[in-house]
Amino acid sequence: MLLIHCPYCEMDRPELEFRYAGEAHVARPLDPDPLTDEDWGQFLYLRKNPKGLHAERWRHTNGCGRFFNCLRDTVSDRIFATYKAGQPRPEIAQ
Amino acid sequence: MSGLMRTPAGGRVDRAKPLNFTFDGRPYIGLAGDTLASALIANGVHLVGRSFKYHRPRGFLAAGSEEPNALVNIERTGGRSAPNLRATQVELYQGLVAHSQNRWPSLAFDLLALNDLAPAGLFGAGFYYKTFMAPKGAWHRLYEPFIRRTAGLGVAPKAADPDHYAHRYAFADVLVVGAGAAGLAAALAAAETGVSVMLCDEQPEMGGGLLDERNTIIDGVSASAWVASALARLRTMSNVTLLPRTQAFGYYAQNFLGLSERLVDHLAAPDAKVPRERLWKVRAKQVVLATGAIERPLVFPDNDRPGVMLASAARTYANRHGVKPGQRAVVFTADDTGYAAALDLHAAGTEIAMIADLRPIAAGPGYEAAKSAGLPMANAMVINAVSGRTRVKRVQLGTLNVNGMLTDLHWIDCDVIAMTGGWTPAVHLFSQSRGKLTYDANRQIYLPGTSPQALQSVGACNGTFDLATALAEGHAAGGGSAHHYTASGAIAPSGGFHGAVPTAGNPQKIKAFVDFQNDVTAKDIRLAVREGMHSIEHIKRYTTTGMATDQGKTSNMNGLAIASAALDKPIPDIGLTTFRPPFTPVTFGTLAGHARGDLFDPIRRTAIHGWAEAQGAAFEDVGQWKRAWYFPKENEDLHAAVNRECKAARSAAGLFDASTLGKIEVVGPDAAEFMERLYTNPWHKLGVGRCRYGLMLNEAGFVMDDGVIGRLALDRFHVTTTTGGAPRVLAHMEDYLQTEFPELKVWLTSTTEQWSVIAVQGPKAREILAPLVEGIDLSPDAMPHMSLREGKICGVPTRLFRVSFTGELGFEVNVPADYGRVVWEAIYAAGAPHGLTPYGTETMHVLRAEKGYIIIGQETDGTVTPSDLSLDWAIGKTKKDFVGKRSLRRPDLLKTDRKQLVGLLTVDPKVVLEEGAQITVEASPATGTPALGHVTSSYWSETLGRSIALALVAEGKARIGQTLHVPMPGIAVAIQVTEPIFFDKPGVRLDA
Repeated sequence: MLLIHCPYCEMDRPELEFRYAGEAHVARPLDPDPLTDEDWGQFLYLRKNPKGLHAERWRHTNGCGRFFNCLRDTVSDRIFATYKAGQPRPEIAQ
Repeated sequence: MSGLMRTPAGGRVDRAKPLNFTFDGRPYIGLAGDTLASALIANGVHLVGRSFKYHRPRGFLAAGSEEPNALVNIERTGGRSAPNLRATQVELYQGLVAHSQNRWPSLAFDLLALNDLAPAGLFGAGFYYKTFMAPKGAWHRLYEPFIRRTAGLGVAPKAADPDHYAHRYAFADVLVVGAGAAGLAAALAAAETGVSVMLCDEQPEMGGGLLDERNTIIDGVSASAWVASALARLRTMSNVTLLPRTQAFGYYAQNFLGLSERLVDHLAAPDAKVPRERLWKVRAKQVVLATGAIERPLVFPDNDRPGVMLASAARTYANRHGVKPGQRAVVFTADDTGYAAALDLHAAGTEIAMIADLRPIAAGPGYEAAKSAGLPMANAMVINAVSGRTRVKRVQLGTLNVNGMLTDLHWIDCDVIAMTGGWTPAVHLFSQSRGKLTYDANRQIYLPGTSPQALQSVGACNGTFDLATALAEGHAAGGGSAHHYTASGAIAPSGGFHGAVPTAGNPQKIKAFVDFQNDVTAKDIRLAVREGMHSIEHIKRYTTTGMATDQGKTSNMNGLAIASAALDKPIPDIGLTTFRPPFTPVTFGTLAGHARGDLFDPIRRTAIHGWAEAQGAAFEDVGQWKRAWYFPKENEDLHAAVNRECKAARSAAGLFDASTLGKIEVVGPDAAEFMERLYTNPWHKLGVGRCRYGLMLNEAGFVMDDGVIGRLALDRFHVTTTTGGAPRVLAHMEDYLQTEFPELKVWLTSTTEQWSVIAVQGPKAREILAPLVEGIDLSPDAMPHMSLREGKICGVPTRLFRVSFTGELGFEVNVPADYGRVVWEAIYAAGAPHGLTPYGTETMHVLRAEKGYIIIGQETDGTVTPSDLSLDWAIGKTKKDFVGKRSLRRPDLLKTDRKQLVGLLTVDPKVVLEEGAQITVEASPATGTPALGHVTSSYWSETLGRSIALALVAEGKARIGQTLHVPMPGIAVAIQVTEPIFFDKPGVRLDA
């Protein structure tokens, strides 16, 4: 079980309190209407599946309820950073 | 007398404490300190099990957790029996009752051993892919039942497990896994620095391999004395937790380890109050792995006969348990430690018939000591054959000449073979930590490389076989610097051999086992390579090597080496299979802990539950909720009760507990704009005091949830969701609010449990409620269908909705949950004279289906669009955007052959279709014909006097009027496709 640092609560909390919420930094287009079917399909369905560092969303469901972002190595499960929704992905030298 | 094979003195058993036990019904005597394995060997019993596939007689290969053969059932009363326990780890207690497994009718005479005589290839690698294929259908009737009977492990007890199992979280600065030399040194060093230390070991007695040493001296005292003083020191320290009988079985991210502690299974009469096992969930700042090494068998013909064991096991039995594994031994070795075994057996009184060293040149302290002891030995000598089915009788030895051919074959008598192919570091936990292994080509072993976690490997699991160096490594890992260990007398592993031993036998006929538990031979691995499996991942799955409950502890490296030779590629090029938890099997009881029975999952009950229970309602589970299903009277069954309840709702009124509906309060200056974006419908213009049916899509355009939504104020909406969808809908709303529309000033609050919801539905609903209500005019003009008023009912504040999920005039009375039952009972008392009848979820389903109202999750499955459901009217056509809008234009969602919601009427009105049944054009379609769709809801409608059904059917709307079929076993039901509404099409009853 991972210990995850909630950037809102500013505490390390057990994974049981959190819910995974998919890849981070996939912003919904402000005006979806003019998008081509291909571009919209890309937004809907195509996600990265990296072996290594991955920016992903978590929600502190059984805590503060906030969504935040997390940089995790998908091979080692090591978490390099957690940061609030809307903040840019930090640069991490692995 | 505790067995004929007991040595006169020595060992760590208590000779003053004899223990009675039985194996397969026969009584024996062992000693306190014995395992079941050592006690049986003391009584001359080696035949202990039958192998998985060939039912070959099997004995004890090992003396510890790596044992693949000796799986037994330990019988206890009252559901406490446990199958598949390794006899080498079962501690003997007074009255222990053990049974062998996987044999019929008896262990000594097993009819299914005929499998062993089957033609070569019948049970070879991948046999289940190749044989038993024809004739068609025979697999289910004939082959599978046969294979299930012949291949198998133990039998689980039938009664429920009466014991309880505990879970415990723990934190440690240093967790040391393994209490052998290196682990003890690490724990001592760490403990002396004052940090918190946990030390766990799978064995009942700590000390690891040191407990098997006769002549080893550490810091001037015997190994066993050193262990005793180390443990005595650790026991005095308050910062140290010692956990014997505790298997570290899993290493997870962030230094989180799972340990399984066996608390009472070694006791004759366990205290039922003590948990049987405890799962420790340990988070450690530093982990020290001192997990030792596992000895490799040598792969030679019939190397699985009872009496053939690992040299280290022979040492353990002789030195620790004071048991002679046999009267006359042949030691077959490729490592200097084989000579240590020979010396120990010799000292225990077992005659050494020969030490056959596979290597052309032997060297080392073990070799030298055996030589000066005058033990018979020869180099370049191998075992070519073994005689004796249920116990080794003789072996055929041969000498390898310079060309690798066997010469000078001759038989000698012996009743035990102690073999060693060298040692494999136990890197299982290191690998589970996501650590990378490195290959030591010189020694042909995998060693711990780098791990992303804070851990150190010390001692034999790190390839450090020399005792003094291992102690120093442990000491340093524990943070020690002051002490320099001295050690002498231990014979360290050196040498070793991988793969199949050369033999003069016919390679197609001999069985030289690699994986003992899954009956995989060297021949099987070569066959897999010939048939095109070139990666170890494929070879493993094809041959099942390493896939038994021992996970290949003794077999992996030999399997790799044989594949490597067959492919003519170096071992690292073939790959290495992944080590996964658990290291040894963990019981379900341990994993479940207290989360069973009533504590398995929370049960949610509404405020009205107790009333329904008192009325004799039957309940159904809806998520975690218990919902009243129907209210049977006297001898009514489900159908009779539902027919009566439906009639009452349509003719007078029905009373329904809708409290489980999800409820979310959406509040704030931007509440309407938020609703506008999350639901398909328009919300800005919805008047205060009005309600609307809301439809929620996911971003892909598929229907996700629905519910009636009331506007309480310009900035306040009372949203209802489906019972099961409430958490999902709130999470979905929060997601968009927090991450996509953070500029909106909106607050979301779950109010599901705050409100009791009492639905009064039927022509007399107004008449019943009016006298109870204060401050609300219920007349049709003042409070039309789809409106909402706040006031009081029975003196309690209420949000009163005029809504209907039945097609009748209907109200939903929301009151604070604390008043739910009181108000319910008051309404029931007032309504009973009018014929008000409580109804359950089944009647609710029938009534809504008569009207064609959908249920999320029944008419939808995550691939259904609003248009598929003919809910286009619920979409705000002029809205610029809402979640899912853009997707509705995607080509796949506009296809004309999509499955669409229709009604179905069986041609025979008495036939009620089965939900989930497939729909086809033909009555008897050819095999493989795709179905047009399936039945989503199906009921008997008492109101209509016939069956009705809803279905999703390809191009369904265009098929209205057509006759289709629902093929069922033995009969095809003819159906007519209709509009998905069966009752009161104009909807006049709603506006009554």
